[in-house]
Amino acid sequence: MEFAELIKTPRVDSVVLHRPFLPTVEGTLCLTGHHLILSSRQDNTEELWLLHSNIDAIDKRFVGSLGTIIVKCKDLRIIQLDIPGMEECLNIASSIEALSTLDSLSLMYPFFYRPMFEVIEDGWNLFSPAEAFKDLESMTDEWRLSEINKDFAVCPSYPSLVTVPKDIDDDTLCKAAAFRHGGRFPVLSYYHKKNGMVMMRAGQPLTGTNGRRCKEDEKLINATLRPGKRGYIIDTRTIAVAQQAKARGGGFEQEANYPQWRRIHKAIERSNILQESLIKLVEACNDQSNSMDRWLSKLEASNWQSHVKEILTTACLAAQCIDREGASVLVHGTEGTDSTLQVTSLAQIILEPVCRTIRGFQALVEREWLQAGHPFQQRCAQSAYSNGKPRSEAPVFLLFLDCVWQILRQFPCSFEFNEHFLVTLFEHAYASQFGTFLGNSAAERVKLKLSRKTVSLWSWVNRPQELERFVNPLYEPNSLVIWPSVAPQSLLLWEGVFLRWNRSTKCLDEAYEEMVHIIEYNKELQNKVNSLSRQLAQLETEDSPLQSP
Amino acid sequence: MEHIITPKVEYVKLLDRYTSKKAVTGTLYLTATHLIYVEPANNNRKETWVLHHHISAIEKLPLTASGCPLLIHCKTFQLLHLLLPREREAQEVHQSLLRLSQPVKVEELYAFLYNPKQSDAERLDGWSLIDIVTDFNRMGLPNELWDISHINSEYELCSTYPSVLGLPKSASVATVTGSAKFRSRGRLPALSYYHKDTKAAICRCSQPLSGLSSRCIEDEQMLQAISEANPNCPFIYVVDTRPKLNAMANRAAGKGYENEGNYSNIRFQFQGIENIHVMRSSLQKLLELCAQKSPSMSDYLTGLENSGWLRHIKAVMDAGVFLAKAVGDEGASVLVHCSDGWDRTAQVCSLACILLDPYYRTIKGLMVLIEKEWISFGHKFSHRCGLLEGDPKEVSPVFTQFVECVWQLSEQFPCAFQFNERYLLTIHDHVYACQYGNFIGNCQKERQDMRLRERTFSLWPFLLQCQDEFRNPLYKRSTHNSLLRPSTLPLHFKFWCGMYNRYDKGMQPKQSVLDTLLTLTLKQTQEERTMTELQRQLAVADGVLPHPDEPIDSSSDHNGSPKALPTTSLDQPNGDCVSLTNGAGEEEESANREAEAEDDLRAAKDKPVSMVTQILKEEVQESS
Repeated sequence: MEFAELIKTPRVDSVVLHRPFLPTVEGTLCLTGHHLILSSRQDNTEELWLLHSNIDAIDKRFVGSLGTIIVKCKDLRIIQLDIPGMEECLNIASSIEALSTLDSLSLMYPFFYRPMFEVIEDGWNLFSPAEAFKDLESMTDEWRLSEINKDFAVCPSYPSLVTVPKDIDDDTLCKAAAFRHGGRFPVLSYYHKKNGMVMMRAGQPLTGTNGRRCKEDEKLINATLRPGKRGYIIDTRTIAVAQQAKARGGGFEQEANYPQWRRIHKAIERSNILQESLIKLVEACNDQSNSMDRWLSKLEASNWQSHVKEILTTACLAAQCIDREGASVLVHGTEGTDSTLQVTSLAQIILEPVCRTIRGFQALVEREWLQAGHPFQQRCAQSAYSNGKPRSEAPVFLLFLDCVWQILRQFPCSFEFNEHFLVTLFEHAYASQFGTFLGNSAAERVKLKLSRKTVSLWSWVNRPQELERFVNPLYEPNSLVIWPSVAPQSLLLWEGVFLRWNRSTKCLDEAYEEMVHIIEYNKELQNKVNSLSRQLAQLETEDSPLQSP
Repeated sequence: MEHIITPKVEYVKLLDRYTSKKAVTGTLYLTATHLIYVEPANNNRKETWVLHHHISAIEKLPLTASGCPLLIHCKTFQLLHLLLPREREAQEVHQSLLRLSQPVKVEELYAFLYNPKQSDAERLDGWSLIDIVTDFNRMGLPNELWDISHINSEYELCSTYPSVLGLPKSASVATVTGSAKFRSRGRLPALSYYHKDTKAAICRCSQPLSGLSSRCIEDEQMLQAISEANPNCPFIYVVDTRPKLNAMANRAAGKGYENEGNYSNIRFQFQGIENIHVMRSSLQKLLELCAQKSPSMSDYLTGLENSGWLRHIKAVMDAGVFLAKAVGDEGASVLVHCSDGWDRTAQVCSLACILLDPYYRTIKGLMVLIEKEWISFGHKFSHRCGLLEGDPKEVSPVFTQFVECVWQLSEQFPCAFQFNERYLLTIHDHVYACQYGNFIGNCQKERQDMRLRERTFSLWPFLLQCQDEFRNPLYKRSTHNSLLRPSTLPLHFKFWCGMYNRYDKGMQPKQSVLDTLLTLTLKQTQEERTMTELQRQLAVADGVLPHPDEPIDSSSDHNGSPKALPTTSLDQPNGDCVSLTNGAGEEEESANREAEAEDDLRAAKDKPVSMVTQILKEEVQESS
């Protein structure tokens, strides 16, 4: 087995673990193929299990023969291990380094993980494009499910089934695909039941410098317009960036060729800039020596909050076009796998109450992220502590979750899930025992046979005993469109992720429990009153025949 | 009324900064006390009332095509943008408001007009609701170490101090009077808070008149006496809350700070809180930022940094935490001063009290604290809040900063405070509103001379009356019965949108967790009553209890009834809902035994942890 070769020292005694806001633990450190385990000798209650894939970076230093390894995790936690013996420490460090940077997907933990629970409802079968289409069919007959991408040949990053306008044949789709970045021809993202307007997404059009056009592409998107109506194209890039893209064969829709469409440019940053932003933000959050001015200035310089604001603003714009203007929308950036998905998925959170339920949100993540081809494997390979040269890592999904949290904070009663659910998704996107976020596209997942060889995150999340922890006790279904404020004052730093390990959560947990208690108590009381009323009514009806004659 | 040139202007528009919706046309009225804007909306008429006293500035902007704009800034951080149709009217309104918002004589203040229809007896009862001596007693004074002294009963020793002072028992009259002479404006070291458990005390004063080399034996004796009043610690901290540079500059003017060499066993500290002028301009910058139409995130964060506001809040908090830790953890007494000892000193002492003593985290406790550390120790509310026309350089948001510090704490400790954000905002509003007499004047003597107790009403009883809306539903006193240890890392301070952008409703969360939970707790009280009633009816129907037409003589009978047993405890799901049912105005039908249970609990209320309520709570969980 390959792992054994990588583990030079499988076990060290008298290792001391330091974690912020928790007592230190002394115990035995063990390395397995997928985990770093520390269990205390004194009492067996203290055990740390850390997935190697959760380790973002390690630092080591020595004082005499005492070695120290600082382990920086992708969930942003930092722990310290004091290891007696220089050789042991070096061995452990190099083993961790090797095990946490395994290249081969098939060696990942999800392929080895055997669930300790019975899978009642298999998450792999819950959210297929065919299922989603059934819902759509019940609302409109203007769309069809195309099998054109059955072998992932037309567009390698699309699922095998895509929803397209009924009147557009597969031939037209093929030609439109050739005109779009990565073959990502315009497909349906969301149907707004209220007024029948739609949101579509795609890759950028490949107009190039000489303004190439594609009649089939024009026909395809025009087919989504009502007679005499105009639509909006939301390009997530600034006009300058979009212009530059022409030189590399990309570009944007020319007014002349798309006269029924109005194009709006926004300024969502590209992935490498987002990654830099995350690194700066986390660095600022972890530096305890900051003065107030220095902290605020670093927070500003990280630009993280600006990204949150820009993404939310763009999502609101898309939602506004659909709901307020009664127009259909096409969203794209460059590849159509990052900023595009942030916008289309957030717009649905704003517009569609179902997306604010736990199930609905899972479906949204499946539809708009996993099946839509967001390259999770690439984007989440490293987190904020990676010091190597970034390849294609970027916190695109984390920014999406951050934006959802901002809306949740502004509408605390309109979501069926709580903050903990969002944090959990963040963790699992970066390191998980489940196969859900492995791979970069539906095609890759099929090739890896994930649904057969790994367990779906949803199979675990949807178990009643887990679900309980993710339910927002304040939830009251709200059928309305919810418009978040994007004023800087309304957008806060997501403490639940960024300050999670820099504060004691005791008081906040206590408040949450108290809130749950008040709500639960109220329900119990209500039930009690109802049952007493029934009892009384029953007694009275039993009594009445005696009294009335 | 003589200042109102035009009492009514029609076709006025109230512009909203955020919604681009077309502004409706309404009517503007000026009354003796308020500016009122009425929007004759088709379905429901919307009124905006602004108290003249709340207006801090009125700007008349240049005439535009659509009308003549007036910008009205309020001390409550409301910003009204009115558009008047004609220049002349705008001019008249501007002129009237300028005059109305700056009363010249104290008699012009709202409190002298306001009449809540109470008898003189009720009025006096209201004024005696909060009493400093009672709080001294609560702390355990007088005792073998500390005395409640009436040496300043005629305000001769110090005109800006309260008439009642807590002083160390061992300090002789000569020491006290001598020390007062050596302190700026006679503000001698006096007790702010006595910590029963550690026997350590927080004392406050003004800067010593030490200049470059003066010393005063009595003052040294006074500090010695404070030190000796704490048998558990051989030294006291002397905390000068000013930046060192400011304190040194004062030495040239014959004031300054304590020379460690002259005093035995003191540990001297600077805390670096800036003066009132720095704070005023900091708030000014913050408010300019808040009023920006649509700043980018970067503009906003840079503006927040440049205002320095959160840096100042952190400085106050740091000083408060230093005091609380010295007293609570080290058991060392602390003497605090700044220059006059009525701004920074008040902030820091009151904050330390909140950190140390859970009582001050209750609705009534905060009243006591404000009465004690701010009103009676002579924080110059009239000057600092610009209640009357006067020197604008005297105005400074010192109290606002204290209120914000409490809010910052409540964000870190959501279960530690009995009150919610609304309570803080309401108190803040009233400080400027002058509807009640509490905050009029600069010190107790001034208030006495103005006979405020006879001519105006006290705010506190009115706040207690509506305390239901000020409750924090998450309050759990039992788990926060000791020193609060907040983090003062910069990243744990937040911008208080609910205060400074409070009137920009669009920026606030659209659903309020607080309101939801308050509604639930209110509903809970009703349901509990319904349940008691149902159980009683059931018992009657079962024949266990006599028919309701027959008199029920004693409450113990109820408790004896097996069916009614759980209700007593169910009435108290959380130990501190006691006064909720109490304040809600008990209906006469609720059985006597409930009131009895409440009485028991009420007696236990001011103690740190009530075992009674704890046990009751567990019972509830079991029985329900």
